Amino acid sequence: MSWLLALSVGALLAAGVFLLLSRQLLRLVLGVSLVGSGVNLLLFAAGRIGPTAPPVVELGEQVLTGAANPVPQALVLTAIVIGFALVCFSLILALAVQQAGGDADVDSLRDAEPPPGADGKPALEVER
Amino acid sequence: MSDLLVAAPALVPLGTALVTALARRRPRLVGALSLAGACASLLAATWLFVRVLVEGAQRTSFGGWPAPFGIAFVVDPLGGSLALIAALMGVVTLVFQRSSADRAPESPTLHPLIHALLAGVGGAFVTGDLFNLYVWFEVMLLAALGLLALGGGRRHLEATLKYFALNAVGTLLLLVGLAGIYGLTGQLNFAALRDAAPTVDPGLLLLVATPACLAFLLKAGAFPLFAWLPASYPTLPAPLLALFAALLTKVGVYALLRLLGDLFVAVPAVTFELLGWLAVATMLTGVLGAAYHWDMRRILAFHIVSQIGYMLLGVALHSEAGTVGTVFYLVHHIVVKANLFLVAAMVFQLCGSYDLRRAGGLWLARPALGLLFLVPALSLVGIPPLSGFWAKLLILRAALAQGQIAWAAAALIVGVLTLYSMLKIWLQAFWAPHPEPDWSAPAPAGRGAAWLATGGLALVTVAIGVAPEPVYRFAAAAARSLGVSP
Repeated sequence: MSWLLALSVGALLAAGVFLLLSRQLLRLVLGVSLVGSGVNLLLFAAGRIGPTAPPVVELGEQVLTGAANPVPQALVLTAIVIGFALVCFSLILALAVQQAGGDADVDSLRDAEPPPGADGKPALEVER
Repeated sequence: MSDLLVAAPALVPLGTALVTALARRRPRLVGALSLAGACASLLAATWLFVRVLVEGAQRTSFGGWPAPFGIAFVVDPLGGSLALIAALMGVVTLVFQRSSADRAPESPTLHPLIHALLAGVGGAFVTGDLFNLYVWFEVMLLAALGLLALGGGRRHLEATLKYFALNAVGTLLLLVGLAGIYGLTGQLNFAALRDAAPTVDPGLLLLVATPACLAFLLKAGAFPLFAWLPASYPTLPAPLLALFAALLTKVGVYALLRLLGDLFVAVPAVTFELLGWLAVATMLTGVLGAAYHWDMRRILAFHIVSQIGYMLLGVALHSEAGTVGTVFYLVHHIVVKANLFLVAAMVFQLCGSYDLRRAGGLWLARPALGLLFLVPALSLVGIPPLSGFWAKLLILRAALAQGQIAWAAAALIVGVLTLYSMLKIWLQAFWAPHPEPDWSAPAPAGRGAAWLATGGLALVTVAIGVAPEPVYRFAAAAARSLGVSP
């Protein structure tokens, strides 16, 4: 089971980083969410894979034996929720950037950092 | 009650964010509630800070779970002081927002987002749990993204995207580091990690701590991953810019200091050697980037990067003296940096441009503003008797005492280059005549709040400079409470 998880984490991270390095806006956003999924799996695997019994202490017992580790599950759940919010925001953001600029190539996004003028000095910004 | 007080730096801004969001239909009420919430947060942080000073570290665990199982909040002198300054910056931002100088356009989400950001920063300073720290980082990230996108223009959206791309990867890196640290030690609580660290192999410890360190370095704006900072900050309106500049990168430095200077002091020495050279590269690239630019916001944004280098240098020295320097530097830098951006906004209001090639003549028209600018500018350079002199002196003295001559020399050279940048602003905006001969300074109304905010911060700078002893003694106590051996 561990090797399957390790392979999945590797595949997700590799695909995510590949997309992150793309110059296409939407791919970049998808890359972030794929890397996020890979990291979530990694976090889950960090708690060790073993017993699958739910971590519920039986009535009358004091200690939990032979159950799955609940901590990574709680962590992953939190990370998934936060990751979901981030992905939603970033998708809307990517759409808004495309609508404002009409260009999906991230290299052409120079409004926040205008390229230098002909004399090599920083461009004089248009005041707004 | 004391449990709630420990969490107040996060809870009060969160509550204010909620209240200001609910009152969104009544803008005047939102403004009043927002400022009142920030003042309440400052009061609570002050009270908490005094209790930390008098009674020592304050702690609480939520949900009735004892320390290593539940999420703990621990406020030690370091976290308490930074939470206090963060709350102060919240008040200063909102006071400046009431002036007429380059204020943020009022929108229903502005105040809730500002307070969410403050909650993220405050929470990061007072939490005693690594995963909880990650959550506060995400709160900060989402609030910062919202504030960046508020402008709505194309350049605002682009800046948001650039900020998002690198910082989202940063928080994911932190999560990778967290998974490694949990997998290796089985702990996430700071106190438990401090105990567990010496029992594991230092090499393995370094391996799992590296992704987290990289994440903190990225958030701090260290070389070579600082490109997001000067790309996004200059699109913000002045009060938000000052808030971002003062707090966000400093949370990264704080987290790095907490991890390497407190929890994982046992990592191999090569880490700190590497971190020292990274700090030197950060200082140099930041200050050289600033030398190229003529837009005041861009110059100052690159100087954030450069100054982060000094703080990282203090962490890299990995000694009590180095930590004292970093703590002093953090306190000094938050105040000075915010003030510089705010004064730049007042210059912008008079000259109509942030670009120095379009500014000038202010020394004749507004000599008081010229003097006001000189206080944080010279403090940033490190001219005595201002606060920056003592901060740099502490770092330099520690570096020289530990035989790191090259690092100390780089810090001195960067100081000279910083002086160049500050003089560039002062000579262009104040001393040189205005490029348009028939220009006369306008007399805009509603600058009282701006003077109050900037003057107050300048007073703090001068006070720390004239009487550094209490801050120094406090920084020494804060450093002693961390895990670095002398």
